[in-house]
Amino acid sequence: MSESVFEPRIVAFLCNWCTYTGADLAGTSRLQYPPNVRIIRLMCSGAVDVSYVLKPLLEGADGVLIGGCHPGDCHYQEGNYKARRRIAILEESLKGMGLDERRVRLRWISASEGALFAETIRRFTDDLRQLGPNPVRTLWTM
Amino acid sequence: MHWIIERPDGDVRGALVGVLRAVLAGGMVEALLVPLRHPAGDALAPALVKDPALLDLADPLAPVLPLNGARLVSMLTQRPPRPRIAAVLRNCEIRALVELVKLQQASLEGLVLIGVECTGTYEVQDYARIARGEPRAAFALRPACQMCEYPAPAVSEAIPGLEMVIQQIGLYGSAALHVETSAAWASRLGLAAIDDAGPHDEALRQLLVERSAARDRMLAEVRARTASPAGLAAFFSTCIRCHNCMTNCPICYCKTCFFKTDVFDHDPLQFVAWATRKGASRLPADTLLFHLTRMNHMSTSCVGCGLCTSACPAGISVGSAFRAVALRTQALFDYVPGRSLDEAPPVKTFEVNELGELGEG
Repeated sequence: MSESVFEPRIVAFLCNWCTYTGADLAGTSRLQYPPNVRIIRLMCSGAVDVSYVLKPLLEGADGVLIGGCHPGDCHYQEGNYKARRRIAILEESLKGMGLDERRVRLRWISASEGALFAETIRRFTDDLRQLGPNPVRTLWTM
Repeated sequence: MHWIIERPDGDVRGALVGVLRAVLAGGMVEALLVPLRHPAGDALAPALVKDPALLDLADPLAPVLPLNGARLVSMLTQRPPRPRIAAVLRNCEIRALVELVKLQQASLEGLVLIGVECTGTYEVQDYARIARGEPRAAFALRPACQMCEYPAPAVSEAIPGLEMVIQQIGLYGSAALHVETSAAWASRLGLAAIDDAGPHDEALRQLLVERSAARDRMLAEVRARTASPAGLAAFFSTCIRCHNCMTNCPICYCKTCFFKTDVFDHDPLQFVAWATRKGASRLPADTLLFHLTRMNHMSTSCVGCGLCTSACPAGISVGSAFRAVALRTQALFDYVPGRSLDEAPPVKTFEVNELGELGEG
């Protein structure tokens, strides 16, 4: 795949109650956003173990998005606060180990924010285009 | 407060054995966990001692750490009914124990902790050669010990049950056993008070300066080696994913660690798919995923004992990489593992308002 036609691949882990429903709203509202994202629905952003994020990153996904309810809105009261700590720890460990933490993005998007979901995917896709392909994708030693 | 037992013959270990015997024979505890000189002659083995006579073999000052004793205390206290025991531990063991208690894997209930200051330990194989008569100068301390900034436990309310600390730093060659403890324990054990701590406090300050400098130097080297994905892969190039680092880690307590489950028994054709995409696929698979995931799961509680490095059959400086990351993840929450029983481990709690704008677009 040459640079000029590079299309980032994003894996997204979305919580059932807010961001996944927001993505659904983006679709039913006929909002346009880049087709670069593969969505995996979980019950809560607090159910995202870091290994779920690391596995695609180490296999060569260009970006990983974690979407959850806004602070205070978690269906399970505090799952998103736990997710926030885990992603903060993940970003530090990526920085400390020579991996690009900009390929991981945590965003709070509610069920009513279909437009924000579409905008989030647009911006992440653009930013990843700037970053270029994940160098790990062609690194057999990873 | 500082106390001593004069020992004109210079047999400091003998004085310490006397203290341990007084603790055990005094009926305060029913058994005592302490490293004993193994009859093999060149090894120390942690043992739960019931017979005070066997304490003649006790040698908690010997510079070797076969495993982190926090795991043993966890084994001995994880569920009631709990024995009343005393445990003689180094600071990395005490700090790991504090973390395990907070993670509900051990209990300090009825436990008497006797801390030992540590001037560093050697790899088990190196210690065996030292015990057989080779000069210490021919061997280097374990890397984790070279950069350890927490060599000295301190008696404080932050760690209930830590009743006394055997001091060693700056006291090499002293003809007395130096102990930090309360007046109550000192009178129980027949210790004499001293006003002047001697060279100890200054030597400790000096040691911390040296160790911190060594830490910065060694971790800068790790950072340089792991500055890129290819560098990271090179750092762990010899990993055979044997899990020894995890098995020997005092913090990794999960009995059902998912790296030991069939999640990683991939379909055989999956390996071919991976090899097809990258041209080749390093086997065993998921080695970096294993290390990075473990860093995320446990580094906030990592005490830097370095037993992961000592356990690695492939010579990887696992512990240095983990410390490099742990310094960052612990700093996020201003958390020092083992500092206090009252501070919740970062992965067990959260604040409603924290971490700046993380999550906001």
